[in-house]
Amino acid sequence: MRRAVGALLRKDLLVELRTKEAVPAMALFSISTFVVFHFGLDRSSLDGSLAAGVLWVTLLFAAVLGINRLFVAEVEQGGFDGFLLAPVDRTSLLVAKVLALLAFLVLVQLIAVPAFAFLLLGPSPWQALPELLAVLALADIGLAVIGTLVSAIAIRTRARDLIVPILLLPLLIPLVLAAAQATAPLLALDGAGPLPERWLAILAIYDGVFGLIAYAIFDFLLED
Amino acid sequence: MTDLALELRGLGRRYGERPALQDVTLKLEHGATLVVFGPNGAGKTTLLRVLAGLLRPHAGDVRVLGARLPDEGWRARGRVGLLTHEPLLYRELSARENLRFHARLHGVAPQRVDEVLEAVALRVRADDPIAELSRGMVQRAAVARAILHDPALLLLDEPLANLDPAAAAVLEPLIGRSSGRTRVVTSHDPAGGLAEGDVALGLRGGRVALLAPVAEIDERRVRELYA
Repeated sequence: MRRAVGALLRKDLLVELRTKEAVPAMALFSISTFVVFHFGLDRSSLDGSLAAGVLWVTLLFAAVLGINRLFVAEVEQGGFDGFLLAPVDRTSLLVAKVLALLAFLVLVQLIAVPAFAFLLLGPSPWQALPELLAVLALADIGLAVIGTLVSAIAIRTRARDLIVPILLLPLLIPLVLAAAQATAPLLALDGAGPLPERWLAILAIYDGVFGLIAYAIFDFLLED
Repeated sequence: MTDLALELRGLGRRYGERPALQDVTLKLEHGATLVVFGPNGAGKTTLLRVLAGLLRPHAGDVRVLGARLPDEGWRARGRVGLLTHEPLLYRELSARENLRFHARLHGVAPQRVDEVLEAVALRVRADDPIAELSRGMVQRAAVARAILHDPALLLLDEPLANLDPAAAAVLEPLIGRSSGRTRVVTSHDPAGGLAEGDVALGLRGGRVALLAPVAEIDERRVRELYA
């Protein structure tokens, strides 16, 4: 399976490098949204739960753009057929797509989070950087797993651009809630508070549950 | 274990309520070529996709290389090469990159990529993106992909479409009669198709309208399928 995952992941990253379809759009969307929030809220700086909410809602909607594109090449250029003809475990496609989406999210956040700190954030993001990275990592895994699952469900429908947000957003409400709750004390104006471990645990459990669900049903999604 | 390459009994396949294949029954020995005729929409491509394991049969018993579909489809995977109207290649990647990707999926040695690029006479343009190649070159790259893993069964959907005579001659030893492979080939060319095959199958409306060794039929019977 490692061979197949490696081949699929390498191919996805190479295609993105050539087309630049997902990551630049996601990053540009994030920055644009921060600017909109900057003027829409009429505040030059945010902190605490409002800052956490703005950050996670923006990252969530940016992720939707990438999730919408995740399987497009497989459908439009015959990637599914090429993959299904090969003697490999079908789960390798799930793993490779989760890793590819995870890579896209990390790349976008390398741009979006500093932009958020520069454009909107009152307190310094450096005060609790390791804790913030832990929250980002757990939330990104959940986004990648659930996003891949929903994208695989939606891709064979005619209205995939509508199906993805309709299915995805309700499934991601608990994840965004937990991520925002875990992030809020880290962005407090009067100094970063301790990382709320309860919300971190909820993120980890949510990731695990959806990881198992995706593993259980992904093969069936590839059936005609 | 059967020694037949293909064994179909009462194969049926629907798209929604519309039947695409009905009660298709045939046998094909290893090393033989089945040439499939029929007007557009007769079910030729659907038949190839079922045999490739990409579509589930909805009725009947289907055995491909001894594997019963769909339950034992995994046994046939990797032993079938499919060439369709879609090249199954990523447009942004070069022919070499596409073939390396498929070589990794099939567990094929990387040197084989250069061998097949040479065989389809595409080495000079091997590093250009597929999107920048002519249709004929894309077809040659698709042939390279289909034979990369040296499949026991080749499923070819009008394989010479988009090819000039010189390119067709280059590909003949790879996917033609002289390749010695078991093949299922769709064709709209009665004379050319009959020259290619050992057994002729005619489909009309998803049903078998003609099934006989090519030695026992003439072009006229094939042309009647299109009437």
